Amino acid sequence: MMNFWANLNLPRRRLLLLSPVLLLLLGGMVLPMVIMAIASFSGAADYGGVLWGKFSAAAYAQFLFEQNFSDQLVFNSDYLLIFFRSFQLSLLTTLGCLLLGFPTALFIASRPVQYRNILLILVSIPFWTNLLVRIYAWIALLRDGGIIEQLLRHLRIIKAPSLGLMYTNTATEIGLLYAFLPFMVLPIYASLARLDWRLVDAAHDLGANGWQVLRRIIMPLALPGIIAGCTLVFVPALGMYIIPNLLGGSKFLMIGNLVHLQFTNAHNWPFGAAISFVLLGLAILGVLMRKVHSIKTGEHAS
Amino acid sequence: MNTLKSRTFPGVQATAIFAFLFLYTPIIVLVFLSFNQSDLTAIWQGFSLNGYVEIWQDPYLLRAAQNSLIVASSAMLVSTLAATLAALALRGHDFIGKSIITTLIGLPLLAPGIVIAVAALMFFSFTGLEPSLITVIVTHIVFCIPFAYLPIQARLSRADPHLIDAAKDLYANPWRVFWRVTWPQLMPGVTAGALLAFITSMDDFIITYFVAGPGATTLPIYIFETIGRSISPKINAVSTLILGISVLFIALAYFIGRQKQK
Repeated sequence: MMNFWANLNLPRRRLLLLSPVLLLLLGGMVLPMVIMAIASFSGAADYGGVLWGKFSAAAYAQFLFEQNFSDQLVFNSDYLLIFFRSFQLSLLTTLGCLLLGFPTALFIASRPVQYRNILLILVSIPFWTNLLVRIYAWIALLRDGGIIEQLLRHLRIIKAPSLGLMYTNTATEIGLLYAFLPFMVLPIYASLARLDWRLVDAAHDLGANGWQVLRRIIMPLALPGIIAGCTLVFVPALGMYIIPNLLGGSKFLMIGNLVHLQFTNAHNWPFGAAISFVLLGLAILGVLMRKVHSIKTGEHAS
Repeated sequence: MNTLKSRTFPGVQATAIFAFLFLYTPIIVLVFLSFNQSDLTAIWQGFSLNGYVEIWQDPYLLRAAQNSLIVASSAMLVSTLAATLAALALRGHDFIGKSIITTLIGLPLLAPGIVIAVAALMFFSFTGLEPSLITVIVTHIVFCIPFAYLPIQARLSRADPHLIDAAKDLYANPWRVFWRVTWPQLMPGVTAGALLAFITSMDDFIITYFVAGPGATTLPIYIFETIGRSISPKINAVSTLILGISVLFIALAYFIGRQKQK
């Protein structure tokens, strides 16, 4: 064993050490994604499944058109609407997370070192704990007769029998904001952690007001983190499944739910694959945009 | 001094406090309600451990917990081993293909969960493999790799390469160099990576939901299927236990990962 290792040159040792990861990721990630892409260009079997090897662009046409009873293609805006709603909710989530997350990250970065670590663990705990469990807790808060409603009634802020918060876009939006807030705070903090507070002091001494310091010193330094946070929130929010499913109800689908429907009720696997392929494209686009930015600014933000 | 300056940004502290309240209210409410006597979860009717007792009387739930443990342990072992070897291969100077391989390792983090789920389903459908606990384990191994890799890589990047050179100069063979010099430096990263891979696998819902067969229900799937029907102290109790395990693991990963770093 020892001799075998000693007789290998460096590139071969590397290849040997890398082989499990390469095998797993090429076979378990890249290959499945290639197969998914092929499936999106294949015909659909009647009761789910894919007609492999039968080329068809029907799945992509289905984004915009549907066949009516006389086999004509007519324009159908249903899927466009779901995409539009997902974009809208994801954008709102990104903005909301930024508005909440940037001050939070700044607050953490401005604490003394020993408190920073505690606050950071506090932000990461929700990030690592089961999303399903946390979203489930929101049901107890939001539902009719739930805790928020009881509290507001107790404080005599509302009198109406129920708020009707659950199963609305608002509930989905609260859930999305909640789930993705740590994804915004952590990268912005990572950028701000390197902030030299003497610059802030100097700016103050030279007569800059709080807003000027924020805009001229802190924001530019936090920008890589803000961009990273925005892509980390926007793209996964787009494909989110459980939040719209549990809090939004069946009326308010997002792209993730649409994908799942294609594999269950609709039995249209190629269409499900096509939507997923488009989502993957968006995710890669997001990462490329971040790369381009970091090259432009000469920073290695990743 | 820093704390003084931050006060010059009005609203920062208030927003941060709001953000922390926002993050923790549901978690606290959930834990609180798991000790509720009432079946109507939103109304407090006195302290009770009934929810926790009921867990042990539900064979379907215990089976799901067992599956979750099997999947998460297998995924943790294989992904941590593969990630450790990869981190060792990728340390040090750049070589051709290094950035491609690091991008590849990051791929499971980049792709939305539902995309990984669909790709895995397509793969198993194409190859004709029946959905089972095995297909779940294979998929989990793959998406856990970056979570195991990142803490190990971070640890290695801070290790002192001169120590290895010194050991070699003192005629240690490669085997000894690894176990006496590299491994002790690497170990906290490997432990942290393994813990994170474990909870990542335990927490996954969407990917398991797509690739699991009828006999491969995991805890998150059990919870999802049950809350579709009703809410009960039992589900609150299970959720609280999962939450507790996650928090314990994160704290462990964090403190082990930080060891001797200062």
